[in-house]
Amino acid sequence: MNIALVTDQAFEVDRAARTASPLSVRGLTVSYGQTPAIFSVDMTVRAGAMTAIVGPNGAGKSTLLKAALGVVTPLAGSVSVFGQPLAKMRDRIAYVPQRASVDWDFPTRVIDVVMMGLYRQLGLLGRIRAKHRAQAMNCLERVGMTDFATRQIGQLSGGQQQRVFLARALAQDADIYVLDEPFAGVDAATEKAIIAVLKELRDTGRTVLAVHHDLTTVPDYFDDVVLLNTQVVAAGPVVDTFTETNLQAAYGGRLATARVDPESAAG
Amino acid sequence: MGAEFVALSLPPILIGICVAVACALPGNFLLLRRQALIGDAISHVVLPGIVVAFLVTGLVATGPMLLGAAAAAVIAVIAIEAIRRLGRIEAGAAMGVVFTAMFAGGVLLLEQSDTSSVHLDVEHALFGNLESLIWLDATGWASLMDPVALATIPVELPRMALALVVICAFLFLFWRPLSLSTFDEGYAQGLGIAPGPLGLGLVIMSAIAAVAAFDAVGSIIVIAMFICPPAAARMMTNRLGHQVAWSAGFAALAAVLGYVLAGYGPLWIGAGGSVSAAGMIATVSGLILGVAAMAGPHRTRNS
Repeated sequence: MNIALVTDQAFEVDRAARTASPLSVRGLTVSYGQTPAIFSVDMTVRAGAMTAIVGPNGAGKSTLLKAALGVVTPLAGSVSVFGQPLAKMRDRIAYVPQRASVDWDFPTRVIDVVMMGLYRQLGLLGRIRAKHRAQAMNCLERVGMTDFATRQIGQLSGGQQQRVFLARALAQDADIYVLDEPFAGVDAATEKAIIAVLKELRDTGRTVLAVHHDLTTVPDYFDDVVLLNTQVVAAGPVVDTFTETNLQAAYGGRLATARVDPESAAG
Repeated sequence: MGAEFVALSLPPILIGICVAVACALPGNFLLLRRQALIGDAISHVVLPGIVVAFLVTGLVATGPMLLGAAAAAVIAVIAIEAIRRLGRIEAGAAMGVVFTAMFAGGVLLLEQSDTSSVHLDVEHALFGNLESLIWLDATGWASLMDPVALATIPVELPRMALALVVICAFLFLFWRPLSLSTFDEGYAQGLGIAPGPLGLGLVIMSAIAAVAAFDAVGSIIVIAMFICPPAAARMMTNRLGHQVAWSAGFAALAAVLGYVLAGYGPLWIGAGGSVSAAGMIATVSGLILGVAAMAGPHRTRNS
């Protein structure tokens, strides 16, 4: 009887945390072939925080994001956004896919890509008015790309392309920003610009979740961390979770190549 | 010249323009999605379906032909999957085998069946009969306003015009999600756009264009129009809307120029008779692509 009571209480606490969480997944499992890419992943993202998903290559980091956003269909598991099913809450989430996932020769201009972020606002046939253009230009300004508005996207450097992708997500004016490797292959100036925008989002109450590959910058950039290797190895605030022991567990023998500084990561 | 032109040349030219534009419009998206061969594939696969539909119903009518073509497409998809899985053959090779085999099967069926009463034969399947689509009751431009004369206009013209209207309506209505998911499928899914039904809709539009055009102009021109005008248009502009407009312009130009050259070209160079209009239209579209590739302002990427 007592045990049942405690379990019920624990369940209630867990449910309350999930309802408050901007993005929570339970038992998420995705498989592209025989072996699962992610297996039974539980993750509860803290509201108003910046969370990094970290793990070795092939750990399923991008897959976890895609499954949480309904971009890939999971074999099992559930996703809730502020306690509601994902389908009802699409307007609250903005996604920044990997830059390499699209063809940059596509015949479109920077401003047109940013306007894609207004799709849910405009609908199928809604007219693009001056206020929508101003909105898009404002988003370009926040990432320092106003001068490039009418350029063809193929003319941009990798860092500039990444900023355009971020501007498109900003145009959605969402509560949750989900980014897949936002710093991969970008120049130092872009990395600084992007992290400034993300911190500004967090400081205005938005939630940021990003797949991140550079272990050395995790403590500087993020509040929380999820260590992933097909399953969740550890998750929580960076100060408690980003430890040598947990990293060893996540990366196994590959930690040496991931070059973490033992002094700073000793926890 | 008015009366003769309206009766003999206007219907084929209008049909040619409708076919060319109807194929070129969805072709833009197929090209950008790296699915350009789907247009080619559809126009091959539909042949046995159309022949079987004719053998069953005894009619050359759009409804049964579309059904037959759709059935053939489903069989093709199943056959491709079966070959890929059972034979462990790469998807591109499996497609190539199925499409050519089904087209060849369609040709054999055509040869063996009694289709002499209607114009459905192998040459027809390749080149159509654009030149024979004449409007006997037309007496001049005024006939376009005369309901009695209009009733005898070749049935291919309203049929093709309807297909073009359906395709235009689809593109107009779904322009945003279609272009968005063509550029960035993952992001589109994140916004709640379902790329599966949208991609299927695009393939269905391509099939409607191919099947409706097939009877009038044959498969050569269909294959050419899916690819050549959009590919040439891509080199003229860096904006999707402009590319689609250019492709429609190039397609119409190829149709008019090709028809005129086929009819009068041999005379101009001193040879007698005329050549196949469908063949000439396809050739002209290829030439337009060649010119765009050499002189288009955006023919190299990142410029």
